[in-house]
Amino acid sequence: MAEQSQTVEVDARRLLCPMPVIRLQDAISELTIGDMVKITCTDPGVKSDIPAWCNINKHSLLNIEDQQYEIIITVRKENDD
Amino acid sequence: MTRKAAALISGGLDSLLAAKVIQQQGIHVEGINFFTGFCVEGHTHAIRKKDKAKPKRNNALWVAEQLGIKLHIIDIVEGYKDIVINPKHGYGANLNPCLDCKIFMVQKAHEWIQKKGFDFLITGEVIGQRPMSQRKETMPIISDESGADDLLLRPLCAKNLPPTKAEIEGWVNRDELHGLSGRSRKPQMALAKQFGFEDYAQPAGGCCFLTDENYSVKLQDLWANRGEKKYDLDDIMLLKVGRHIRPEKSYKIIIAREEGENRFLSGYKKQFQSIKTISHAGPLALIEGAELNDEQIQLACAIIARFSKGKNEDSIELTFSRAGGEPQTKHVKPLAAHEIPESWYLV
Ligand code: SF4
Repeated sequence: MAEQSQTVEVDARRLLCPMPVIRLQDAISELTIGDMVKITCTDPGVKSDIPAWCNINKHSLLNIEDQQYEIIITVRKENDD
Repeated sequence: MTRKAAALISGGLDSLLAAKVIQQQGIHVEGINFFTGFCVEGHTHAIRKKDKAKPKRNNALWVAEQLGIKLHIIDIVEGYKDIVINPKHGYGANLNPCLDCKIFMVQKAHEWIQKKGFDFLITGEVIGQRPMSQRKETMPIISDESGADDLLLRPLCAKNLPPTKAEIEGWVNRDELHGLSGRSRKPQMALAKQFGFEDYAQPAGGCCFLTDENYSVKLQDLWANRGEKKYDLDDIMLLKVGRHIRPEKSYKIIIAREEGENRFLSGYKKQFQSIKTISHAGPLALIEGAELNDEQIQLACAIIARFSKGKNEDSIELTFSRAGGEPQTKHVKPLAAHEIPESWYLV
């Protein structure tokens, strides 16, 4: 039976771009395909940087939740490259 | 067999063009971008509201998107400290250690290609483009001291340099590389047009804050007053934000200039002493340095009051908090402009 996918939470609050992207990249590299990262950020720059990073590295951007002070983004790992 | 090259991507036009030239020769290219902590990218734009009108993007990611390549962002903050603190080849006009920086980045990229099984490295360097790091004499220094040697190819000026392994082995056709030199940006702009690139970034001074005079003054002040040439990531982030006033050697006040900076600085209240105006709208300020005594707290409050809406009042209320501590209420008369000596302002 296939293993259940897991979701890892990453706290990137207070970090300025590109640090949240680096945290996401590092978290993704530790996971297996199908796993997810839910990253919480405060720098609004992530709303353009994380989608761009997902696009070029071919991972799926599942959700961007834009709260008043925090932005929570969920990404699914799609490849091991 | 498809050969693989790693391109150092700064986010500027030259690295975009260099990668494109090599991609066009059928080489698989992936990008590497180094995060040193001093990068101009994002940070201040994210903090300061006044920049909100400008499109905010990370140029290295944008470049990778234009090229359709992967981008690996590598955190070199720790290892880079030694480059900033002790550059073997010295500093440029400000605290920018460009030549050592280039050598270090190429060295790290060389290690990366060895680990990942890539064949060679490319950079967007052009002979004569920058006075310190991009000269005919510095090109071999970068190749040698980084250990990359002939695995380092500079597609934009390759024809002015001895052939590298990628050319000798026929992985790339030297005839289709370029022979740019000098300070002019026109050839790059023409090449960009030819490739159909628009809206690319054109950093004026350099790719990082260390080329900025005001920033360098603040970093030098930090070192001078700490008595040692050291920094951590928070230090160098905070040098990018706020108005910096140093009444004494032992401490400095960092005063937010607007709402975005207020918000950014409030994230540091657990690590730093802080002061906030209460009776009148005003900035949040952090105290960097030693624990303040009562007299220093009064002075710091009076300085910060000067930057509040109550600057002309006889008394205003503020709170002072130790790092992570409870706020203590203070009442002070704001200092008049002339009571804050010019010499206290760090640029
Ligand atoms: S401007 Fe900054 S990042 Fe660019 S080469 Fe010089 S020191 Fe390095």
